[in-house]
Amino acid sequence: MLSFLARRAVTGLATLFTAIFLMFMLVNKAIDPLSDLYQDTSPNKAQKIAARIDLLDLNTNVVVRFFKWLGHFLTGDPGVAWKTGEQVAPLIAHAIGSTLQLVTAATLTSVVLGVAVGIVSALRQYSAFDYVIIFLSFLLYSLPSFLVGVLLKQWGAIGVNDFLAEPVIPWVVIIGVSLVNGFIWSIAVGGPVRRRLEVAGSATAASIAMLAYLQLTDWWNKPSLGPILIGVLGAAGALAIVAIGAGLHNRRALYASLVTVGVGLALYFPIGAFFDGFLESNVLMLGLGLAAIATGLLVGWLFGGPDRGVSMRSAAMTAFLVAALTYVDQLMQVWVEYSDGLRGRPFPTFGDRTPNLTGSYWLTTLDSYTHLILPSLTLVLIAFASYTRYSRSSMLEVMNQDYIRTARAKGLPERVVVVRHGFRNTLIPLATIVPIDIITLIGGAIITENIFARPGMGQLFVRSLTSAEIDPVMAYLVITASLAIIANIVADLIYASVDPRIRLEA
Amino acid sequence: MTTTPQPSADSERMENAIELKGVEGLSQGQIVRSRFLRHKGAIGGVIVLAAIVVLAYSSVGFGPIQGWWKWTGDEVGSQTNAGGTPTLTLPGWLGGPGFALGEHPLGQDVIGRDLFGLVMRGTQTSLMVVAVIGFVAAVLGIIVGASAGFYRGRIDTVLMRTTDLFITVPVLVIGAVIGKLSGKISGAVFAVALGFVLWTGLARLVRGEFLTLREREFIDAARVAGASDIRIIFKHILPNAIGVVIVATSLLMSSAILLETALSYLGFGIVAPEVSLGRLISDYQSSFATRPWLFWWPGSFIVVIALSINFIGDGLRDAFDPRQKRIPSERKMLKSLRAQEALAAQDAARPVTDS
Repeated sequence: MLSFLARRAVTGLATLFTAIFLMFMLVNKAIDPLSDLYQDTSPNKAQKIAARIDLLDLNTNVVVRFFKWLGHFLTGDPGVAWKTGEQVAPLIAHAIGSTLQLVTAATLTSVVLGVAVGIVSALRQYSAFDYVIIFLSFLLYSLPSFLVGVLLKQWGAIGVNDFLAEPVIPWVVIIGVSLVNGFIWSIAVGGPVRRRLEVAGSATAASIAMLAYLQLTDWWNKPSLGPILIGVLGAAGALAIVAIGAGLHNRRALYASLVTVGVGLALYFPIGAFFDGFLESNVLMLGLGLAAIATGLLVGWLFGGPDRGVSMRSAAMTAFLVAALTYVDQLMQVWVEYSDGLRGRPFPTFGDRTPNLTGSYWLTTLDSYTHLILPSLTLVLIAFASYTRYSRSSMLEVMNQDYIRTARAKGLPERVVVVRHGFRNTLIPLATIVPIDIITLIGGAIITENIFARPGMGQLFVRSLTSAEIDPVMAYLVITASLAIIANIVADLIYASVDPRIRLEA
Repeated sequence: MTTTPQPSADSERMENAIELKGVEGLSQGQIVRSRFLRHKGAIGGVIVLAAIVVLAYSSVGFGPIQGWWKWTGDEVGSQTNAGGTPTLTLPGWLGGPGFALGEHPLGQDVIGRDLFGLVMRGTQTSLMVVAVIGFVAAVLGIIVGASAGFYRGRIDTVLMRTTDLFITVPVLVIGAVIGKLSGKISGAVFAVALGFVLWTGLARLVRGEFLTLREREFIDAARVAGASDIRIIFKHILPNAIGVVIVATSLLMSSAILLETALSYLGFGIVAPEVSLGRLISDYQSSFATRPWLFWWPGSFIVVIALSINFIGDGLRDAFDPRQKRIPSERKMLKSLRAQEALAAQDAARPVTDS
């Protein structure tokens, strides 16, 4: 294990050095820092060029320049973006922050959605749902991200803002959307015709009811969840979590989860009062989230029984869900103030925060979320397609294995076969793909960041390359290249830890 | 009681007959071809892609050859419709005033250039870039992967470390630097340069195939018979690995078109006066609100091309995958089960009626 790590680290460093050297040569060849001076008409053109050459040390051989730069970089000085005179280190630090926000949000959503949809699609292989999902994932996979971005900007931001100015959906549209929703649910759940019709009917009715409620209470402009909706959603979530994770016949897990929802509701008003008189921060939110999980674990543990672990897991997941809902509810309480502050157009199309916006923690957080939503959606739509394809083919592969047949033959319920034997093994190949994706995405979603003008890593790279500043470009390249190498090592380690058949010595 | 025709059972038998033919002594190529031809998505992709190629090259012409379309997209002139809206009108049954192409079916831009001509030229460039990238990457990948897998040892180490280098830096980043470098050169050179970046994945796959195939008996037999290394590589091993190569190349080409358009969009790809679909979108994205057709047409051509290449690649993968079995849908299974039951019932009933 240690020798494996050491060997990989050494080869990784060698690769990194060569890659950086080659990229330095290539970037040096590609950019021309003097280009803006060629058209210069002032009499002291020659002096200006000489000064520029002197500033950037262009008369030195490029190899020597590379080692000079490397020496500075290793001693902690990544250089200066010479056009603006900004130090590279703070530039990069700021860009990484902005990119991390975007990437975590987008990757988490797309992994969860993609894996869930891919697995359902694999379980219903060759059904209408499967074909729809296959076609959809092909279509999303073939969409250039800039196309998605520009469309979302137009419809997602400008369209929704226009809608919010006069939020009335025609009843025909509501009924049509609900019918489509009902149809999708019916083909996803599958089964005999009667069950399909039941599912379609109830899903349609539920969505009509929900949309009508939203419409009639003017929810679009005054969104809120409130304790009642949190209770309903939390209970529904608890049911779903228990049904998938433990089976509804496991009464202890079910009651533990429902009690957790009750605890969350009981804390709703105290928490609201607590937030009113407190200086909130992200760290505090994280701590409260962990506290919620701990509460869930405690409730599950108190229910006891022969298989405490299952109850504790279900209750903890429910607790996290309820905490997240409460968090969203708190955010929604400042929505009206936020929307009014932006003159009724709350969905921005560029940047990562509204300039000169000051207010409570909730207001600034809401502001950064509204800025995140469209770029994340762009990334999610495309990444969702590839995760769906991965997890679908992986699940199909697993469900054809002999141990699945064995599990069925010894009489396990289908839920246990799918969740415990199928799903867990499906995650093995994904465990190597996801870390690589996350870490390489820190290099920035170059195109998405450019469309939405988010000051992240990708935009930093593109801007520096266009304006012929080699120092930020190289700092960017060092970071992305080392992250790529680390990602590959991490993926190998994860693979070995989740699949005991893999040995690292090889 | 005479035998009644069993249409569903017959069609099932037809389905099975194709599978059975695989056992009847067809060559691998024939099996692959028939599997590919049965893949509806892939055939659809082939037809659509062929139609686009023909349309793009015949309409505006290429090189010295004149096309049948009257504009090339360079002519600046007055706008036929106010604002340059498309003159294409929908036929009556779609709610339009009757089908007509008009002077500028896809519309014109601000200075009156014909969008159809521009889109066709952009499509030509994008198709050319994809083909060149696919070709260069495939040739390089095969050569590198084959020599690494066949000779192993030091050559293998060196070649694989080289591919590691390319994997370390994101393709989009290398592409941007190359695009900036080749900003002064033509699109073809740009495509070749991108091909030099994208071959690594293919090389790894080919190497893996070669590592397993070189240990097989027929290779020993060829070597004993006195075949040279070159002959063994190209005549004995490569034909066995060709499935992997074709599938990987087709998937690579579908990502290549997105890469080219993305780079052109960022301004690091094809530059004026050359036209590419990505550059058209990048040029016209600001006019999305006022002249949406300028954005929609190039965009939909990119999506359709990428989609059809993806479908073809998927069909090829299914065709080359020996484990791939066509499983009939639940409904078909039920149908044939019922047909069988009916047949059995008839058989059971027959002695009674006959006697």
